[in-house]
Amino acid sequence: MAKHDPRKPFVPQRDHDKSPVMECVGLGIDFGGLTAVDDFNITITPTEICGLIGPNGAGKTTVFNLLTKVYKPTRGKIYLDGKDTCGLNTMQANKAGLARTFQNIRLFKELTVLENVLVGLHNEMYYNVWGALFRVPAYWRTEKIAKERAREMLSIFDMEDMAEHKAGSLPYGSQRRLEIVRALATNPTVLLLDEPAAGMNPNETEELMENIKKINKTFKIAILLIEHDMNLVMNICEGIAVLNYGKIIAKGTPAEIQRSPQVIEAYLGTGGGGGDA
Amino acid sequence: MKRFTLSMPVRYIINTVLIITLLLVGNQIMGSGILGRAQTAIIIQVGFFIILAVSLNMVTGYLGQLPLGHAGFMAVGAYAGALFWRAAVLPGMASVVGGLIVAGVAAAITGVIIGIPALRLRGDYLAIITLGFGEIIRVVLNNLDTITYGARGLRNIPRYSSFMLVYICVIVACGAIHMIMKSRHGRAILSIRENEIAAESCGINTTYYKVLTFAVSAFFAGVAGALFAGNIGILVPANFDFMTSINILMIVVLGGLGSMMGSVIAASVLTSLPLVLQPLNEYRMIIFSLMLIVVMIFKPSGLMGNYDFSMSRIIEKVVNRLRTGKTAGKLKSGK
Ligand SMILES: Nc1ncnc2c1ncn2[C@@H]1O[C@H](COP(=O)(O)OP(=O)(O)O)[C@@H](O)[C@H]1O
Ligand SMILES: [Mg+2]
Repeated sequence: MAKHDPRKPFVPQRDHDKSPVMECVGLGIDFGGLTAVDDFNITITPTEICGLIGPNGAGKTTVFNLLTKVYKPTRGKIYLDGKDTCGLNTMQANKAGLARTFQNIRLFKELTVLENVLVGLHNEMYYNVWGALFRVPAYWRTEKIAKERAREMLSIFDMEDMAEHKAGSLPYGSQRRLEIVRALATNPTVLLLDEPAAGMNPNETEELMENIKKINKTFKIAILLIEHDMNLVMNICEGIAVLNYGKIIAKGTPAEIQRSPQVIEAYLGTGGGGGDA
Repeated sequence: MKRFTLSMPVRYIINTVLIITLLLVGNQIMGSGILGRAQTAIIIQVGFFIILAVSLNMVTGYLGQLPLGHAGFMAVGAYAGALFWRAAVLPGMASVVGGLIVAGVAAAITGVIIGIPALRLRGDYLAIITLGFGEIIRVVLNNLDTITYGARGLRNIPRYSSFMLVYICVIVACGAIHMIMKSRHGRAILSIRENEIAAESCGINTTYYKVLTFAVSAFFAGVAGALFAGNIGILVPANFDFMTSINILMIVVLGGLGSMMGSVIAASVLTSLPLVLQPLNEYRMIIFSLMLIVVMIFKPSGLMGNYDFSMSRIIEKVVNRLRTGKTAGKLKSGK
């Protein structure tokens, strides 16, 4: 992926043919005797919002950890922009276009909100250590542009006025939003959101939903999200994959998923009555 | 009303003027003969302990790792610098500066060599392995008899470590670390301390930054080592034992992990304490330990927490205070 020129406004320049931006083929991982994820296949096109749902312990977070190379897959392949990602580490996976948030929030708590986003912008800045030591013009220019851009990105969630607060001091909902901004700052092609609405009240969830759509539109990126809030998932996802015991048990549009007997069974247990999932 | 802030160039000018003034005043006092021999010796010593503390603080406070072999890097720098100075390959001032650079680079290379394997480990494992490396360095220096004269001591080292040289190095060390930390590289280092997995997910090359931090830290420890050598004029490997590493760590912890100002203050206090406590000589170590215990109970984050001193921030605060005071007065008189 070409380096983003920091002097230009933040509009990713990508040619959007319909070829998949991310593809998993037969992905799987075992922890000792436990098969946490098995035969996981998924294809995500650019600008698509895709949902990954399933009961607790189904292996959803593990899929994210596989995609971002926190875990090494036991089997299967992951392709980004058609390129095999085997051999990459977490940092390289990010550079290849994957950014994520965490189910158990992992912010840089002692740093300010602005600094958190600036860490996300790290690879968009180009002065080296000597440049920092001698405060070369590129340092001033880059820092200024990066700080402006960081504030601009915080404004997506109306968080500019929190810029100087310590990240750890923010309320829970804002911490989740900050994680999204930080991930977005790394200029990804696919954004992975792990339970972004967890701990938010219905109003906040509603707002988050609008913002996810907005991000998807303005940044023209694909979003894969794990979420338990069915209202959110059914509303914004074009495609949904349902995971149970590490295996995909259903794939399709929200309407199809709501009708799928396997999904109803997975959520309500055998013998659960029909009706809505 | 808009808050008053100093623009960047003004900040730099204020800080530079302040530092140069302090340096010149210090030099005048040192040269004037007001201070006794013991006092001057301590002030010089404070200088290299400041460098040792701020450099260790980079790894311990900013990167969040706990190495116990800082004295090892100091030793490498001390011997490299001393041997370079003794060889006198360059004339005059060039030799002095050259020796310091050679000392720093030698220590930094050692830092990289040790850092690459050691930084794969974490917490107490890192502590133990660096402790081991530190001891290995000391033992090697002891046995490289033909070069270092081992335990008999490396003698006739030129006494280059004047007040001016030591404190210029203090300023360069503090300045350089400050410049790195207030940049994208510094933020990357801090992000590793805060959450390594999140840092990697943000595209931070954590291995690179860990090794870089280790190398910069070792570089300045090496410079401090050379200054130490140029101060006492004779080196024996026993100078750089495990206790020296522990003492430096104690300074950093006492000052506050991640606070450069804290490291500077703690280095000054702890190094000059023996002089102040001379009459209580036998109880010195007890007082040291008590101090540490008291600070750890009442202020576990160290004397300064992670607060960092900034002259420009103080000026801004004062001006803002004055201005709000004035407008408040106007409002009252208006009513
Ligand atoms: N590092 C690990 N070692 C062993 N088991 C793990 C590890 N990570 C996840 N698992 C197991 O994998 C399964 C799926 O977990 P997870 O992906 O967190 O589920 P969820 O769908 O709720 O996010 C669980 O049974 C969990 O215990
Ligand atoms: Mg999960």
